[in-house]
Amino acid sequence: MRRMAEYRLEVNGDSLDVSAPDHWTLLEVLRYRLALTGSKQGCDKGDCGACTVLVDGKPWLACLTLARSVVGRRITTIEGLLPAHRANGGSGADPVQAAFDRCGALQCGFCQPGMILSAKALLAKTPQPTRDEMREALSGNLCRCTGYTQIFEAIESAVASELGLKPAARAWGAPPVSCAARKDGGA
Amino acid sequence: MKNFTYVMPTSLEQVVELLPGPRDLKTRDRVKVLAGGQDLLGELKEHLVEPEQVVNLKGVPGLAALTQQAGAWQIGALATLAALEENAALRASHTLVAEAAGSVGSTQIRNQGTVGGNLCQRPRCWYYRHEQAVCIKKGGAECFAYGGLNKYNAILGGGPSYIVHPSDLAPALVAAGATALIRGKKGERTVELERFFTLPSEGAVTRENVLAPDEVLVRVDVPAMAGWKSTYVKFRERSSYDFALAAVAAALRIEGGKVAEARLVLGGVAPVPWRCEKAEKALVGRKIDAETCRVVGELALEGAEPLAHNAYKLPLAKGLITKALTKLATA
Ligand SMILES: Cc1cc2nc3c(=O)[nH]c(=O)nc-3n(C[C@H](O)[C@H](O)[C@H](O)COP(=O)(O)OP(=O)(O)OC[C@H]3O[C@@H](n4cnc5c(N)ncnc54)[C@H](O)[C@@H]3O)c2cc1C
Ligand code: SF4
Ligand code: FES
Ligand code: FES
Repeated sequence: MRRMAEYRLEVNGDSLDVSAPDHWTLLEVLRYRLALTGSKQGCDKGDCGACTVLVDGKPWLACLTLARSVVGRRITTIEGLLPAHRANGGSGADPVQAAFDRCGALQCGFCQPGMILSAKALLAKTPQPTRDEMREALSGNLCRCTGYTQIFEAIESAVASELGLKPAARAWGAPPVSCAARKDGGA
Repeated sequence: MKNFTYVMPTSLEQVVELLPGPRDLKTRDRVKVLAGGQDLLGELKEHLVEPEQVVNLKGVPGLAALTQQAGAWQIGALATLAALEENAALRASHTLVAEAAGSVGSTQIRNQGTVGGNLCQRPRCWYYRHEQAVCIKKGGAECFAYGGLNKYNAILGGGPSYIVHPSDLAPALVAAGATALIRGKKGERTVELERFFTLPSEGAVTRENVLAPDEVLVRVDVPAMAGWKSTYVKFRERSSYDFALAAVAAALRIEGGKVAEARLVLGGVAPVPWRCEKAEKALVGRKIDAETCRVVGELALEGAEPLAHNAYKLPLAKGLITKALTKLATA
């Protein structure tokens, strides 16, 4: 029998009791103890960013974090965005989630939870990021389907819808496209 | 990952108490210290180490401190790479250190990764990282890279292992003249960071630094660099995030258009951060032009012995030296 450790994690504003072996990662505890399967296991070794969560607001890799090492820290997973948005008086989906949806910034969706959390952290720090700042902030989040342009456009669209601004010009210099205005969702 | 017990002591005395004895070389990996975990968790998952206990350093107060006094910096072992990268005063006074920190991995790796973990991380040689490949580094008889696939291996200082030291901070901090504060069961000692790292031919081939089994790195002290300009130039195979194929940490003090003092340390080419003392001496008294860069590049790479697949590192490193020196001369 493996020894179980008993501890408490603060996830998405809830204090949750956990019983798991000492060597379990945060990703394992989220998925297999707390049933929060939004955080994905891609590479499980730091390369892909699919497991990205926010720890005290900063993007962390849940696959390279021992769960016990984040006792007492504020953990946010993709499941936490909608309730937090609603609790702040918002309606509909979280604005960044809504923009990713609107802009077709996903195909299989596996990278999305991590992408969106990295994007949330970027926007909290830099409310109107440039394409270079986006590229840097998302460099640890790999997407094998969509191509990154729609993801960058989604972030710009989220900024635009929040602030009533126009999204920046497209990376290759074509005329600015407002994803928000696209009826086909940008696909 | 094999199971282990996890502890988080609240003082350095307790941490070193938990570690093996100073001469307990055979069983030193029975206990591993954890900082940001960005390297250690990979090692645990690949079964490269299977400790009985993991000791989290984060319960020790003050280890993440990053403080400045009269231009000199004290960098706690638990200071994150993001904290170095984002510190405007450090970027102004020790540009190369902030640039090196900012060049590590991805945003997530820099948020979690620490200075101590970055300096003490294990090699990335793919034979080392393969559970079943028991090469010299892991106590075996042969270096598989030497006659095998060695695109990412050393061109300088190799043998009997040909790893390159993977740390980006190491060359920058060595160029900045840093010292390491180390704590063991018997107390503290300081080592010049340049002497902290060991060649496979001079130290134990299975380690990359002077830490004894009972020791941890506590702090890195960086002297003031008033009047110096510095930079860290790194070349990656893929620009999103990657380890260095080659990198240059360069610092110059220029007086009246000529170099008065110079530091030049290469990363990604040798098992240790590779200090180029001949090249540093040659720089003194010269102005930075094409001829200087050529001479310095030749001296810096003197003695290089490329393996079958990594001769490209020679022109690459020389090009990066030119880029770094030119940048500093025109900055
Ligand atoms: C995808 C990916 C990309 C990466 N890219 C880069 C890169 O571009 N450049 C680069 O330099 N690194 C890179 N790394 C390596 C590494 O993750 C980082 O360098 C990080 O800084 C390691 O710090 P940490 O605090 O997470 O170390 P940990 O994983 O906690 O520790 C690393 C090792 O050092 C030991 N250790 C930690 N702290 C101490 C201490 N104070 N005293 C003694 N021993 C200690 C641990 O026992 C362990 O063996 C990358 C890693 C990944 C997974
Ligand atoms: S370079 Fe070092 S780690 Fe790589 S195969 Fe040779 S001995 Fe092993
Ligand atoms: S699953 Fe964590 S980085 Fe890929
Ligand atoms: S949408 Fe499939 S990985 Fe990004």
